[in-house]
Amino acid sequence: MSAATTTDAQVSFRRPSGVRTTKNAIATVYVFLATALAVIPLAWVLYTVISKGIRLVLTQEWWLQSQRGITPRREGGGAYHAIVGTVEMALICAAIAVPIGILGAIFLIEYAKGTKVARAVSFTVDILSGIPSIVAALFIYALFITIFGLGRSAVAVSLALVLLMLPVVLRSTEEMLKLVPNELREASYALGVPKWKTILRVVIPTAFAGIMTGIMLGLARVMGETAPLLILVSYAVGINFSPTSDTMGALPTMINSGRDQAPQLPGYERVWAAALTLILISMLLNLLARFIARASKLKEK
Amino acid sequence: MAKRIDVRNVDIYYGGFHAVEGVSMTVEPRTVTAFIGPSGCGKSTLLRTLNRMHEVIPGAHVKGSVQLDGTELYGQGIDPVAVRRVVGMVFQRPNPFPSMSIYDNVAAGLRLNGVKNKKILDDAVERSLMSANLWNEVKDRLGKAGIGLSGGQQQRLCIARAIAVEPQVLLMDEPCSALDPISTLAIEDLIGELQEQYTVVIVTHNMQQAARVSDQTAFFNLAAQGKPGKLIEIGPTEKIFSNPDEKATEDYITGRFG
Repeated sequence: MSAATTTDAQVSFRRPSGVRTTKNAIATVYVFLATALAVIPLAWVLYTVISKGIRLVLTQEWWLQSQRGITPRREGGGAYHAIVGTVEMALICAAIAVPIGILGAIFLIEYAKGTKVARAVSFTVDILSGIPSIVAALFIYALFITIFGLGRSAVAVSLALVLLMLPVVLRSTEEMLKLVPNELREASYALGVPKWKTILRVVIPTAFAGIMTGIMLGLARVMGETAPLLILVSYAVGINFSPTSDTMGALPTMINSGRDQAPQLPGYERVWAAALTLILISMLLNLLARFIARASKLKEK
Repeated sequence: MAKRIDVRNVDIYYGGFHAVEGVSMTVEPRTVTAFIGPSGCGKSTLLRTLNRMHEVIPGAHVKGSVQLDGTELYGQGIDPVAVRRVVGMVFQRPNPFPSMSIYDNVAAGLRLNGVKNKKILDDAVERSLMSANLWNEVKDRLGKAGIGLSGGQQQRLCIARAIAVEPQVLLMDEPCSALDPISTLAIEDLIGELQEQYTVVIVTHNMQQAARVSDQTAFFNLAAQGKPGKLIEIGPTEKIFSNPDEKATEDYITGRFG
């Protein structure tokens, strides 16, 4: 007991030594600088795109007109044709990739967890998530156009995008399903609920917000891809809704087609406005995902 | 409504590991049976074989016979899902479904088994919450999330959810170990009331709890770590706690080991 008392007497409340204070200050500065270095380029890009593109994006024609009959030297026209193309191709892609991704993740986590098959599939998906978009595009070109003899089309682009979106959706859904505690599954089984219904009504709703976020991240990635567009569909300045025709406008190809304009030409400004539009659509999707996630969550109190 | 459980020569394995060896016991309808014993002695494992929940763990299997009013639970063509509709379970940690409201949590068992009639669901929710002594606390906020309740309320919600499907037997795996003494008391009172309608089997580490709530106590032990758990003694709670036949039981209950 007396030993404890002496130790207590030696407890000090003084400030740390000068060396430690200095180390702390240096570390704080490093951490701050690293954050600033990460944020500066992002803010810079955003500032450049907004400042150069905002004027056109705020006009009504931008959202309602195409570039048909408009040369780089002429003012006017809009990005409607490209927005239609980008959204349409992304939606077709999502319609294919989302069900496959979610069902695949359910199989891997709920039915095949820990088996060799699951490990092999997860490994393959990891590799797939690393493939460059141009490889995906060339694969679809070889399969769709060279082997099947079908023409270039927006659908072909969507298929290439599926290869890029599928791993994102599958992996993120997998992670979200892993986060659902096993106790919830057991609680459901203990009520005499079959496994498939447990997955559908307990597991998926619990992981819903996370799955939604994964889908939106996948969509945002896919909408900015350029290589599949360049290889699998031609850029068109007119409005075209048909996914099977061989030309269709899209925001990345709209940016690409005008990228070599001289800065004093009206076409130059349209490139920046298209870039800003692409960012805005991604942001809108992100907000939508958050809104859906929040709306699906119950109030606690 | 309550049913009798007959366990005969049950051996339980997890893959190659022999977890529980040679258990035989009878649980009478409308009684509370407590399983006590040191950690790892197979109490929870045995409890989970009573509604075939242990099968959720890959590689787990059972030898021997478990009968519910004479029906063999491990017989040919028996659906574990159907067994679990009759033998309900409450878990160690409260686990309400986070995506569901209080109402939906209680109604979940019925709804997920195909009941759609609003009147039946309303009645079942009110009756179950009343039996779980939770109705007065939540009746004005049935639409709010179940996970917004306190720990003790959540556990009573889970009990309400389990009894909403009107099981014959209720298994409880340390239902109070995550709760404070006041919530524990509430649950213990509730077990006393549930006994009037259900056969209750409860696993507990709390000796006083076993003495307070149960009619019959089963003591489990294992010879050494890695050896299978065994049923050492089962008998009326009064006898087990005052004058057990086995020395090991007395040692455990008086706190001389374990």
